[in-house]
Amino acid sequence: MAKIGVFVCHCGENIAAKVDCTKLTAAMESHPGVSIATEYKYFCSDPGQESIKKAIVEQGLTGVIVAACSPRMHEATFRKACAAAGLNPYLCEIANIREQCSWVHSDGDEATEKAIEITRSLVEKVKRNNELQPILVPVTKRALVIGGGIAGIQAALDIANAGGEVVLVEREASLGGHMAQLSETFPTLDCSQCIMTPRMVEAAQHPNIRLLTYAEVEKVEGFIGNFHVRVKMKARYVDMYACTGCGDCIQKCPQKKISAEFDCGLANRPAIYTPFAQAVPNKPVIDRQHCTYFKNGKCKVCQKVCQTNAINFDMEDEYLDLEIGAIVVATGFQIQNTSLYGEYGYGRYPDVVTGLQFERLASASGPTGGRIARPSDGKEPETVVFIQCAGSRDPSKGVSYCSKICCMYTAKHAMLYAHKNHHGTSRVFYMDIRAAGKGYDEFTRRAIEEDGAGYIRGRVSKLWEENGKLMVRGVDTLLGRPVEVPADMVVLATAMVPQPDAKEFAKTLGIGCDEYGFFNEAHMKLRPVETATAGIFLAGACQSPKDIPDSVAQASAAASKVLALFSREKLEREPIIAMNNEATCSGCWGCVLACPYNAIEKKDITDRAGNLIRRVASVNPGLCQGCGTCVTFCRSNSIDLAGFTEKQIFAEVMGL
Amino acid sequence: MSEVFEPKIVAFVCTYCTYAGADLAGTSRLKYPSNVRIVRLPCTGRISPMFILKALQKGADGVLVSGCHPGDCHFDHGNYHARRRWTVFNSLLQFAGVPEERVKFSWISAAEGIKFAELIRDITEDIRKIGPFEEYHTLIAETGSAAPL
Repeated sequence: MAKIGVFVCHCGENIAAKVDCTKLTAAMESHPGVSIATEYKYFCSDPGQESIKKAIVEQGLTGVIVAACSPRMHEATFRKACAAAGLNPYLCEIANIREQCSWVHSDGDEATEKAIEITRSLVEKVKRNNELQPILVPVTKRALVIGGGIAGIQAALDIANAGGEVVLVEREASLGGHMAQLSETFPTLDCSQCIMTPRMVEAAQHPNIRLLTYAEVEKVEGFIGNFHVRVKMKARYVDMYACTGCGDCIQKCPQKKISAEFDCGLANRPAIYTPFAQAVPNKPVIDRQHCTYFKNGKCKVCQKVCQTNAINFDMEDEYLDLEIGAIVVATGFQIQNTSLYGEYGYGRYPDVVTGLQFERLASASGPTGGRIARPSDGKEPETVVFIQCAGSRDPSKGVSYCSKICCMYTAKHAMLYAHKNHHGTSRVFYMDIRAAGKGYDEFTRRAIEEDGAGYIRGRVSKLWEENGKLMVRGVDTLLGRPVEVPADMVVLATAMVPQPDAKEFAKTLGIGCDEYGFFNEAHMKLRPVETATAGIFLAGACQSPKDIPDSVAQASAAASKVLALFSREKLEREPIIAMNNEATCSGCWGCVLACPYNAIEKKDITDRAGNLIRRVASVNPGLCQGCGTCVTFCRSNSIDLAGFTEKQIFAEVMGL
Repeated sequence: MSEVFEPKIVAFVCTYCTYAGADLAGTSRLKYPSNVRIVRLPCTGRISPMFILKALQKGADGVLVSGCHPGDCHFDHGNYHARRRWTVFNSLLQFAGVPEERVKFSWISAAEGIKFAELIRDITEDIRKIGPFEEYHTLIAETGSAAPL
C-alpha cells in the first residue's frame, strides 16, 4: 500500500502569494495513497528538509512529492534528504508549482487548480516509481590523446604532470603538427621551433607518456572510464629500438625527389625520411609508396648502410589494444584546397603560395634557410601581395566562417618580409582586420605603422602573369576604385578546414560534427571542451579555427576534465537507463538503430547445450544515457526506461 | 453560453530544452494561460504516440509535443526520431479523426522563455477557437467509460 508524503512549499511568497497552499495541501490529504500532506515556508531550508526526513521515518513513507520549484533547481536537494532518511532517492519527485504556476499565472484560483492537478499527477507517478540504484562504473586511469600537435602535447603533458598515464597517438612520423611548420609566431615573433621542440621532447621523454607516432586510432568502443581502443601502428620498416637516428640511411637513399609534405612541397625528401630535422622521435620511416625496393623489389641501400640493422622490410602494421578511461581529441586542421580559387592562380603560377608555404620560406629551418625567395627562380621578391580570406567568409565558394588566424599571420608575414627585405613592398588585400586577442591589434598596427604593410580593403578578382610579374587586380573599397598591383609573389591566406577524414573519425569516436566537419562540443558556451559523449574531450583546431594560445588553453582545460575524472575510483551514474525484457524481445533491432550511443547490443540466448535459441537486444548500462528513444521505437513493448516507464507516464497523464 | 471554454492542454516536453524554456518563462515571470499541464520526459525521443492518445482519452482538448531544435538534442538525435515519428503519427491521427490542430509539435530551446509563453498563448487561443474535443467526450459518454488503450 502506497504511503505518499506530500510537502507543499510556500517558497516564501513566491508560491504562496498565488497558489492557495492550504487548499492544495487539503486536496492532497484526501487523495488515495497519501498518508501525510503538509505545508511549510521553505522546504529547501534545513528545518524544512528535517521535517521531510522526520515524516519519512515516522510515517514509513513509500514515496515523497515536494510541490515546490523546478526539479532542475532542487531535485537533487530533496532526493538527498530522502536518501538520508533511508528512502530510495528515486522515490522522490518534484511537482513544479513555482515556475509553472505561481510565477506565470495571474489568477490565484487558476494557479491553485493547476497546482493541485500537477501535484496529483505526480502522486500518481510516484506510486509507480521503483527503487533505483546509481550505477557505479570503474575508471581506467589512462588517457588517450589523439593528435600530437601543440594541443595534444599540452593536454598530454598536463595530464602526465599530474600523475596520470597518457597514450599519445600521432599519425605522422613525428610530433609537432602545424605549429612545428611555422616560422615565427604572433604576436611576439618568437621562433615556433624554439618553443615547440622542447615541448615535443618533454612529451616524448615523460615517464607517464607512452608516445605512439605513425599510428592511427582505428576503433573506439566502450564508455566513459572504460573505453577499449584499437590503435594501428603503421609499419615504419625501421626498428624504433635499434635505430639511433644517425641519418645515414636518409642520406644514401637514391630516391631524392619526393615532394616533402612538411615543407608544403617547396622541398624534396627521400623515401626514407624524418619529416623534419628536429623530429621527435628522431627515427625515420620508409614511405612505402615511393620506396624503390617496394616498387621494383631491388635497392635496400638503406638496409646496407644501416650499422645497427634497424631496417626491416618485412615489418607489418601492428595493432595495439588499449584500455582507456578518457579521450582527448586534438586532431587539428588542414588548409583548404586552394585550387578552388582559379582566379588566384594557385597551382598555375609557382609564385602564388599559401600562407603555410610562406611560413616554410620564412623559417630558418625551411628549404631556403629563412630567405624569402620566389619558388620559381629563387629570387627575392620586390613586391609581395597578400590576399586574405582566401576561402574564408565566402559561402559561395569556400567556407562561410572566419578562419580566425589569417589576419594575424598575414600581418606577421608582412612584418617578417619587411624585416628580411628592407626595400620590399607588401600589399595586403583584406575584408576586415579581425585581431581580437591579447596584443593582437597592436601587432597588426605595428605591421602597418612600423613595417609599412599597405593594407587595401577589398577583394581580389583576378590574377594573371604579364612581363614576368603577377598582376593582381582587385578593388579598393575605401577609395571606391579598382586597383592593380604588379607583384613578384602572392601569398594566399587560405581557410582553415577540418581534417578531410574528420566526419568519418567522428563516427569512430561516436561524437558529433558541425556542418563543416569540426567536432561539436557538448555546449557551445558552458561545456566547450566536452563532447556529447561522456569521457571524450576536445582540444585545439579540430573543434573550430584556433590560434596557439586558444589551443593550449583548451588543451589544459580538457586535461583538467580528464584529471577530474581520474580523481575518482568509481563513477556514479544516474540509473535512468533503458532495460529490455528479453522474454518478449522479438529481436527486430529497431532499438539498435534508434540508439544514439550504440548502447544496445545483440545478445545470444542459448540453451543448456549451448545451442543458439534466439537473439535479443541487451542494453549496456554503461553506455546508455537514458534518452528513451529506443523505448518508443520498440514494437514489442519490451524496452522500458527506468524512472520514466510507460506505467509511470500513463499514470501521470491519467492523474492530470 | 456566457462562460468561456477553457481547454485542457497537455504538453509533453523534453527536460533539456523545452522544460528549461518553460522554467525560463517562469523565472522571467512571463504570463501565459494556465490551461497547459507539462509532462516532463528526458527527451522527445521518449515521447510515445500512446502518450498523446492517452492524454486525449483523459480529456485533453489539445496536446503539445516540444523539444530541442534540430541539431541541439542533448541526446544527439532523439529529436530527429521524434520529428519523423511525428510526421507519420500526424497522418494516422488525421485518419483516426483527430483534427490536426489539436496536436502541435514545436521546438523550444532552453533560452526561449518568451517563445514558450507565446506558444502557450497561441495554442490555448487556437484550441479555444475550435472548441472542446467533443468527439472523444461523446464516445466516452456513449460507452460509459474511456476506451481502453
